[in-house]
Amino acid sequence: MCFFLIFLILPSVSARDPALHSQYSTQVSILSAMELIWNLCEILFVEAAAAGPLLLRLLDWVRLHVCDVDNMVREVLSSENPSKHELFWNVVDVFVLQGRMDEARHLLAKEASANPTSVNMYKTLDDLMKKMPVPSLGNTQTLTEMELKWQHWHEECQRYLQDGTFASNSHMESICKILLGDEDAILEKKELLATWYQFLVTRLLYSHPTVKPMELRFYAQSSMDLFLGGESSPEPLDTILMAAFEFEMHQVIKECSIALSNWWFVAHLTDLLDHCKLLQSHNLYFGSNMREFLLLEYASGLFSHHSLWQLGVDYFDHCPEYGRVYLELHIERIPLNTEQKALKVLRICEQRQMHEQVRSICKIMAMKALRNNRLGSALSWSIRAKDAAFATLISDRFLKDYCERGCFSDLDLIDNLGPSMLLSDRLTFLGKYREFHRLYGEKRFSEAAKLLLMLMTAHIAPCSFWMTLLTDALPLLEQKEVIFSAEQTYELMRCLEDLTAGKSDKQKFQDDDVETMKVEMLRLALARNLARVIVKEGTLEGS
Amino acid sequence: PRPDPTLHTTKTGGVIFVQDNRISIWSVGDLGNVGLNGEYQGEPQLLCDIRHNGDVMDMQFLDQERIVVASSTGTVTVFHHHQNNQTLSANQRWEKAHSHVDQDTSCGGAACTGVICNNPEIVTVGEDGRINLFRADQKDAVRTIDNADSSTLHAVTFLRTTEILTVNSIGQLKIWDLRQQRNEPSQIFSLTGDRVPLHCVDRHPNQQHVVATGGQDGMLSVWDIRQGTMPVSLLNAHEAEMWEVHFHPSNPDHLFTCSEDGSLWHWDTSTDVAEKPSFLHQGGRSTTYFSHNTINQSVVSAWLSNDPTKDRMEITNLIPNQTLSVNSLDILGPCLVYGTDAEAIYVNRQLFA
Repeated sequence: MCFFLIFLILPSVSARDPALHSQYSTQVSILSAMELIWNLCEILFVEAAAAGPLLLRLLDWVRLHVCDVDNMVREVLSSENPSKHELFWNVVDVFVLQGRMDEARHLLAKEASANPTSVNMYKTLDDLMKKMPVPSLGNTQTLTEMELKWQHWHEECQRYLQDGTFASNSHMESICKILLGDEDAILEKKELLATWYQFLVTRLLYSHPTVKPMELRFYAQSSMDLFLGGESSPEPLDTILMAAFEFEMHQVIKECSIALSNWWFVAHLTDLLDHCKLLQSHNLYFGSNMREFLLLEYASGLFSHHSLWQLGVDYFDHCPEYGRVYLELHIERIPLNTEQKALKVLRICEQRQMHEQVRSICKIMAMKALRNNRLGSALSWSIRAKDAAFATLISDRFLKDYCERGCFSDLDLIDNLGPSMLLSDRLTFLGKYREFHRLYGEKRFSEAAKLLLMLMTAHIAPCSFWMTLLTDALPLLEQKEVIFSAEQTYELMRCLEDLTAGKSDKQKFQDDDVETMKVEMLRLALARNLARVIVKEGTLEGS
Repeated sequence: PRPDPTLHTTKTGGVIFVQDNRISIWSVGDLGNVGLNGEYQGEPQLLCDIRHNGDVMDMQFLDQERIVVASSTGTVTVFHHHQNNQTLSANQRWEKAHSHVDQDTSCGGAACTGVICNNPEIVTVGEDGRINLFRADQKDAVRTIDNADSSTLHAVTFLRTTEILTVNSIGQLKIWDLRQQRNEPSQIFSLTGDRVPLHCVDRHPNQQHVVATGGQDGMLSVWDIRQGTMPVSLLNAHEAEMWEVHFHPSNPDHLFTCSEDGSLWHWDTSTDVAEKPSFLHQGGRSTTYFSHNTINQSVVSAWLSNDPTKDRMEITNLIPNQTLSVNSLDILGPCLVYGTDAEAIYVNRQLFA
């Protein structure tokens, strides 16, 4: 968890903008609280530190997170003559309260050299501090051994106190009392402790160093009561920590959910606990377990961000029950402001075989392109989705444009369709029709004629277009040279008859003069061509 | 695009992030602090930054001090980097350089997808299929080719000083002659087979007929534009869109490609693969240094060779743990820079070590 980066932002920001600074300060304190809770959960739940190491871990935890006194410590240590500093004893006390014996002894040594008369007193205290037994991390001693040693040491401290060894120096006397775990002496240093959980750990250090995990709850409760002393009520952070000390994992999660305003912390904590198999799998009302529920909530939140949605995808991938469904719903709703973003979304869908979503997104992009008159883009999206229906739509649009304007738009596209032409029949027709025009333009008339006929007879051309095709045949029929063979002419005539026969009487009535004239002209041209071709084919030379 | 989110927490349980796209200039410092793989060990220093409206789709240095930026809003902006006080300012802006034509029926804006500079000329292309020619000091576009393409133009690069190359989303590579007034390409090249969209294009620095393009299927195509209308070689490369392809400017036997699949490949066709060229760089952009190998390999460029067994090509993936897409890369001398969707920028200062 990289909380520390936040601390780097603050100095640079505060110079510029006080409002931003206070905003960041609030967030820093929230993040610090999160880190505090997280580390405690690691110690108590994940590591499940046993009696002995438990105390050491808690000491580390306190030292890492309670930094209210750091400034003071720094001030004293960096001063020219620390032992003369007015806060000198405060700093020594802080070290003792946090169990930082070596540092405390180091400072005391400075004081000792300044006061030669009380050298003996210092030596005794130093000795006691040096000898204090602490739980070991390795297996060098058992808990009982440690307890025995500690008991002896405790009694020794007791003796020195009662003998009045430290009577002449109130500071040192109070330190000795702290070493003995005297609650009142510790509570006197309330300001230096800053929090009840620091108080708790200090208490444990000096009165129950071999505390067992299950005993924590009692000490925690009493520590909080003693520290707060009825003056202030516990804050949300206190409730959460207390729940942790009581080993009530679900309570911790619940309290965090209430106190924090986003799911980030809770989702990750629950996930960690779940992986350690610490959460009982009691199913929630709607079927999925708590871990999945929280992860789904968190990931859903990510999807509202314009770039973090990509992380949301990974979270959904790790939710076995509902992840896929959530992903399917969310991914279609990502705003696609550029084509590049759409491509990234599509790649994610394709990797997960989400074909419905691929089709739907491509359709949206294609529709947008079509409305903006970007026919090439629209076609490109249809090809990606292998959407034949849309390709047909686009082709119809092209053909409509052609009919209205008499020429093709976007020739660079139609001339270069390649294999994608086969995506839809209409697209194939478009490509072939354009080819016909090209052949005609290159004066390759017989090839053009063959193609034109094929378009109708093979039913590649839609019926609505037959009239146009037949009209296109006119110039070929009127050429000096005979192009259509007899058989081809018969075919054309048949097509024409099919076309006109198909029309009902009502339609014929509605046909304007132009239409009827066209049909008449065609019939005439076809008849003339037939005549010429019969003669030509009948002649012996053929040609 | 790597936005810099500001974190807000709200009472309703949601998290609101304020989008804040910025153009930033970083200093990567001197050599001396390099790790095992040539990774720069120190932190890049942010020198200055400035807000940018919309996603940054492409950008290029116009000269030592000016940067041209293409935005997803269709605007093209020229930023000036003042080196004396380390600030950035917007010098010139062409709003709606790219937009869909009929404002009544248009559906959203059109992003500007590519920009290329040849001081003082700037050419931009976009989702609207338009090509713009700007000059840095002129307020209006020098030339605009509307509807140059019926599909989206994804990238543009200079072929010669008066000719440009564009690639589009129906797999076509087109040459445009800017001297001519007609709004038609002078040549069109297409991919064989499926018309897979092409996303990037780059021209060989020395051999102007050699062009490389990258497609949506991750395929690298090498073209000889003197002959034919189809690519000379197709190399199966990435597993997803290839976003950028770059020949190394001073050592063009080396090619670099990056992709949505999170990888960045180094293609090496230098004949003596064992002997890596030692680099004397530190030149400015206008100076070119040639490697110790023969300058033009042979008459036939290694890139155009069809025989894979004859000229060994060494291909390396430069990213050990790939996660999210590598969107962009750039190279100069021994230095490689690339950025990913994981909001990270990587600098490799010892590319050929």
